[in-house]
Amino acid sequence: MSRPINDTLLVWGLRACGAVSGSVVLLIAVFVFKEAWPALREIGPLRFLGADPSWHPVEGVFNLTPMAAATLAVTVGAVALAAPLGVLSAVFCHAYAPRWAAGAYRRLIELLAGVPSVVYGFWGLVVLVPLVAQWRPPGASLLSGVLILAVMILPTVALLSEAALKNVPRDYARGAAALGLSRWATLWRVVLPAARPGIATGVLLATGRAIGETMAVLMVCGNVVQLPGSLLAPVRTLTANIALEMGYAYGVHRSALFVTGVLLLALVAGLVLLAEWLSRGDVRGTAHG
Amino acid sequence: MVDALRARRHRIEDLAAAVVVWAAALGVTAVFVWILGGLLWRGLGGVSWSFLVQAPRDAGRAGGIGPVLVSTGLILAVCLAVSLPIGLGAAALLAEFASDRHLFGRLVRRSLDVLAGVPSIVFGLFGGVFFCQVLGMGFSIMAGGLTLACMVLPILIRSAEVGFRSVPDEHRHAAAALGLSRASTLFKVLLPAAMPGVIVGVVLGVGRAMAETAALLFTSGYVDRMPGSLWDSGRSLSIHIYHLAMNISGGDANAGASAIVLMVLLLAINLAASFIASHFLQRGVVSV
Repeated sequence: MSRPINDTLLVWGLRACGAVSGSVVLLIAVFVFKEAWPALREIGPLRFLGADPSWHPVEGVFNLTPMAAATLAVTVGAVALAAPLGVLSAVFCHAYAPRWAAGAYRRLIELLAGVPSVVYGFWGLVVLVPLVAQWRPPGASLLSGVLILAVMILPTVALLSEAALKNVPRDYARGAAALGLSRWATLWRVVLPAARPGIATGVLLATGRAIGETMAVLMVCGNVVQLPGSLLAPVRTLTANIALEMGYAYGVHRSALFVTGVLLLALVAGLVLLAEWLSRGDVRGTAHG
Repeated sequence: MVDALRARRHRIEDLAAAVVVWAAALGVTAVFVWILGGLLWRGLGGVSWSFLVQAPRDAGRAGGIGPVLVSTGLILAVCLAVSLPIGLGAAALLAEFASDRHLFGRLVRRSLDVLAGVPSIVFGLFGGVFFCQVLGMGFSIMAGGLTLACMVLPILIRSAEVGFRSVPDEHRHAAAALGLSRASTLFKVLLPAAMPGVIVGVVLGVGRAMAETAALLFTSGYVDRMPGSLWDSGRSLSIHIYHLAMNISGGDANAGASAIVLMVLLLAINLAASFIASHFLQRGVVSV
């Protein structure tokens, strides 16, 4: 029986849609890399990584390490704050809160997740930065960036961790209860370890978000190109650097900004694939339960 | 004796854990209230009907956000007009025509997962080169909308795929028994049944696109005049907030009011999505 001609057309049409959607990420990688190539060839990776004294692109000096260090510091700080708070939030909803409080708290976390980064940036600029400045000027600093980013990525950790906790078979908790374990011992020794792959996935995806975040850090970090010497020093992240200089950059300078883009793309893609690999382990774990 | 001590230690541990968990939840709630309160206190006074319809004056310090809202709407329209058909097609392919073992389907899905994680500033770099320069669109609403279309594809496809997958197999069997072609089955049977999932995807995608700033900096531009066509540069609401807060001294009041408008729009979108999603789940349960 031959297929109607319409069906053949349909399947090829759908395949075309799939191919277009699937190739967007390739297209992005190709074009960003193509624009980065002149700088990589002319300047070379070594000068980006510290052979040049600092970042003065107009004078042909291209050291990216201060910005890379700032991105690293902001990300590590934000994840260090948001990961424990996010997991505790998930544990709260899962095991401690009365039903109404769990529902309300979940809505609140979802609302936090929906606030646009530029609004977080605005709040940071008008509320948080002046507050930090009162304590220790100038206010726009690594610390402000860490705090804002932590609030921004907390929902990712909390929502994915709660999903992971829900996926743990109920029999585990029942078995622990039958053994006479307390609520905390059940969570700490049985449920949380079983949910570890899912929680790790959440933390990794949140890390990816923190690395790639632009607007909020651009608005609260102060944007001074320097190695982050203290929590209160103003810094400029890789993403903020692109946003600030892309408007007027040309030639090798512009190409150097695309090198930053390649770096960000590679970092985030690595994190996403790692997270996916981990969550595959999660699925296998629950299949046994 | 030892047992009693151990039991006491465990009771204290349990209590301490409860205190820490509750403190964390209350702390997060307090931060939320602080942020929301701060935004409302700074912005609410500036929101009025004339603010919504007037053009910005004095670089945005005075006047309203009329043209900015129009530009935002046009950027979203371009984004949806392009991403919706492609996303629906891809979702139908992944859910109905490519089994999970299928190599092509797996590749598409994997690359969409990576796409979902690409930082928005990188989308901005890409859009600035590909749409503005290579395709010659310049700083335009068109270029901004297309860049956002690339960005929302993964969200759209994921929800629509869930929509297709939640259609019970009886529908497919019945359609096959009636001798419907696969094309008619898809358009007349599966697509209507999957519509709630599709709508949730659209709503979430619009939310993401409306919140986006960094990807629009170098694609749709800063011009705050009323756009004459899709090839004009147009400033989105999010860019307007950024620009007023960072580059215009004395722009804070109107930036705050714009932030409230953006939040209210997003909240409405969010509520719509969760209403449709819960309605959709009920229907799924009933029709099985």
